[in-house]
Amino acid sequence: MGEKIGVYVCHCGSNIAGVVDVAGVAKWAEENLPNVRVARDYKFMCSSLGQEMIEKDIKDLGLTRVVVAACSPHLHEATFRNACKRAGLNPYLFEMVSIREQVSWVTKDKAIATEKAKALIAGGVKRVVYHQPLEPLFVDINPNVLVVGGGIAGIQAALEIADQGSHVYLVEREPSIGGHMAQFDKTFPTLDCAACILTPKMFTAGNHPNITLLTWSEVEKVDGFIGNFTVQIRQKARKVTAEKCTGCGVCEEKCPKKVIDTVFEAGMGTRKAIYTPFPQAVPKYPVIDVENCIYYQRGTCKACEKFCPTGAIDFDQKDEMMTVQVGNVILATGYELFDARRIPQYGYGRLANVVTNLEFERLSNTAGPTNGKIVLRDGVTAPQTVGIIHCVGSRDIKYNVDCSAICCMQSLKFAHLVKEKTGAKVYNFYIDIRTPGKTYDEFYRRILDEGVHFVRGKVAEVTDAPRFPGEEGKLIIQVEDTLAGRQLRVPVDMVVLSAAMQPRVDSKQVGQKFGISCSANGWFIERHPKLDPVATMTEGIFIAGVCQGPKDIPATVSQGAAAAARVLGLIGRKQVTLEPVRASINADQCSGCRICNNLCPFNAITFIEDRAVSDINPALCQGCGTCVSACPAGAITGSHFTNQQIMAQIEGVLLNFGNGHEPAEKLEQVPA
Amino acid sequence: MSKPKFAMYWAAACGGCEIAVLNVHEGILDVDANFDVVFWPVAMDAKYKDVEAMPDKSITLTLFNGAIRNDENAHIAQMLRAKSQVLVAFGACACEGGIPGLGNLTTKQAILDTAFSTVSTDNPKELRPQTTFKMPEGAIHIPTMYETVKSLDQVVPVDYYMPGCPPESHQIAAVVGLVIKALKGEAQLPPAGAVIGASQSTVCDECKRARGEKTITAFTRMATFQPREDQCLLEQGILCSGMATRGGCDARCPTANMPCVGCYGPAPDVIDQGARMMSAVASVVDSKDPAEIDKIMEGVADPAGTFYRFSMPSSLMRHART
Repeated sequence: MGEKIGVYVCHCGSNIAGVVDVAGVAKWAEENLPNVRVARDYKFMCSSLGQEMIEKDIKDLGLTRVVVAACSPHLHEATFRNACKRAGLNPYLFEMVSIREQVSWVTKDKAIATEKAKALIAGGVKRVVYHQPLEPLFVDINPNVLVVGGGIAGIQAALEIADQGSHVYLVEREPSIGGHMAQFDKTFPTLDCAACILTPKMFTAGNHPNITLLTWSEVEKVDGFIGNFTVQIRQKARKVTAEKCTGCGVCEEKCPKKVIDTVFEAGMGTRKAIYTPFPQAVPKYPVIDVENCIYYQRGTCKACEKFCPTGAIDFDQKDEMMTVQVGNVILATGYELFDARRIPQYGYGRLANVVTNLEFERLSNTAGPTNGKIVLRDGVTAPQTVGIIHCVGSRDIKYNVDCSAICCMQSLKFAHLVKEKTGAKVYNFYIDIRTPGKTYDEFYRRILDEGVHFVRGKVAEVTDAPRFPGEEGKLIIQVEDTLAGRQLRVPVDMVVLSAAMQPRVDSKQVGQKFGISCSANGWFIERHPKLDPVATMTEGIFIAGVCQGPKDIPATVSQGAAAAARVLGLIGRKQVTLEPVRASINADQCSGCRICNNLCPFNAITFIEDRAVSDINPALCQGCGTCVSACPAGAITGSHFTNQQIMAQIEGVLLNFGNGHEPAEKLEQVPA
Repeated sequence: MSKPKFAMYWAAACGGCEIAVLNVHEGILDVDANFDVVFWPVAMDAKYKDVEAMPDKSITLTLFNGAIRNDENAHIAQMLRAKSQVLVAFGACACEGGIPGLGNLTTKQAILDTAFSTVSTDNPKELRPQTTFKMPEGAIHIPTMYETVKSLDQVVPVDYYMPGCPPESHQIAAVVGLVIKALKGEAQLPPAGAVIGASQSTVCDECKRARGEKTITAFTRMATFQPREDQCLLEQGILCSGMATRGGCDARCPTANMPCVGCYGPAPDVIDQGARMMSAVASVVDSKDPAEIDKIMEGVADPAGTFYRFSMPSSLMRHART
């Protein structure tokens, strides 16, 4: 075939060169591998000097193929493709071999690392011969955007995009947007009230001409690809006609059925069977909780309908499905609170006055069930002593290994609020105090100055069984003060557990729905933890806020805005370049068996009845390869991943070129 | 001018291929009219030494059926390769290893143990066949069984492949007719290495049954189920290999309401027929629940023997790890 291949082995500083004998590998490749015209090693191939080296060789030596052995293609495949393109070589005549992520980072054994690097490079060299020049495809980007999750991250993202002029569908599961932030009392470290800063944004989102607010709704299905997603959304029946409802609240007032509100009030208060979660809810329309509504249980009541001045109640309303077309998606699905019952020794759910952080937020919130009075479960008694336990379910290999990022600051805030509102004695039980944000340490000092007691130690137990005088009728916190080196028993009236942030229970399913992956513990995985924190490995799907990992409100808002900026950038380009890696069907070999027909995740395959063959629409195909591997007749080929290319690569990896087993000169040169 | 010479040989095979050739009926007279049959143990008497004595490349056309199971098969294959201008791997066993190739799922030792030491065998002394035995007249030999079964092209270079178990008689007649024409300069032979006497698509292409989108919730077997005659067998839960099998047989088995067993081998450009068949079937099992999927797949009796019935030795795996 007479291809002239250039092989470039990157040191990546010492990342690769520290483990792999890069110079030796390059020399070996030049001497042993078929069709290799030149092989070089260089400190940083991705640098402009490294790229220029490739460009120069293409021009001077007439290279027809290029192989770069460096980091993962995720990082620099585009870089080197562009270098090839600049030198006049079709970018798809390039192959990237990962000898960092797949070699030097996974072993310390220099000898085997070097051998593996050689094998992978041999695979790349064998494969690249069969590469074909490909031309990229362009598709238009639909400027509409789907934002999933109406917490502060989703609201921020939606507003940024809507203000720019693109249309946003903001989907929220609950009856109102606002998310967890709407439940909070004050926010650290400035202590401004959460509602005061959040509700104006909620209101703006609810009334924005470019935002279609879809609360009490869930995304059912997502099809398509960047620029052209088709999304099916289920709008759950509110049983209230939005067009007629004025949000007057009479229905809620007249409804005879009280229900404990386990969502918004975190179980601390009640709501009615027809309700808006809180007075500033957006939208203002209530929903009927069918499971608790007397009418749905007994067939009578209809008090809400009777009193509704506009006839907005509709008991027969059904769930509605709607389909929207969007070009990009931002997932801002937030988090769930760690279930503190899983640590039984802390007594939550068993000891009445052990409360979670969210319950405390509701207690302390002036719009909450106690009008902001911090009291025991009896609803009247103010606590004399309060213990706040940090890291409940965080930094614990049994539950969540990682730090939840906000609990220290949140616990300091709680300590302040208790002090301010009740004058009670407050103890904070911490493992380490982590206050890394701007002015956060200043806040810590302030709380120290306020006379809050700090005990460094992981609480062993919270019990109501007294052992010593003075413990009767109290909750006793048993802890080792690791700074003083002694065991403490601290009797308190109320215990607040700073429970961890956890991924939503259905985060994996949601990830699957949108084609993105979750880490082992369930947080959505970003494209790059540092350089691309709000994009995902799926083009056109972005993530923002805590669904990506625990973070505080400023970071959440920043991510919402960042995701919006990424989306707006794409919208601004109007078109997106798609990889020309596509599947196609050879109609002569297709027997119309129809195995592939309902496999395509992008609905790119149709069956042509009159010719009895299946056909792929290249504009819809994303090159995932599902149909290629399923086709029993081998009639479907995925460009850039042909059988020939893959088999040649496997052969290259498995044959030990130049290692004495299979001398390269005896191997037949790859046929044309 | 003497007639072109013809040979046919039977290695590790059942003999069906030979019958298929005779099954061309009066077409066999064309063979006789156009060829001088020099070696065909089934049809006429001949000795190996007669073949050995022939000059290299003196046989025009050799149809070799059967897999390579022992050193005798290999020896004759090498000899016929040397003596033949055109060597055709004839039938599934020569092409891909065929039914004998399923022996590659186990070891030679295990095969011999099954044959000579199981409860149904009366062999109290645990005797095993010996490849050499000394007689008063001298040592006598029987062929040595190989550890694995090989296809013909794993032993010698092959010019053409003619698949089928056995190849369809009308395809044989067509191929013979083509060779005769080519010898007279009236037609051109296909490029070396080609599959002949078969189509470029799969059995489904020739099958008349109606096909829809596939969603399989259970597999069933012919022994316990009477499938409809107008609908794709796979859609009815019968493991039919037609979709992964090269056409050319006119979909004989599905036409007779029996599933295709895959004897015509992989479709063009396919490396591994069994793997293709498995990934296709796996793709249309209609469940996302691992436990349910396992249950559905339990309905596939003998997966290796179903998916690799004819192609084990020529598959990517070649044989079981021993």
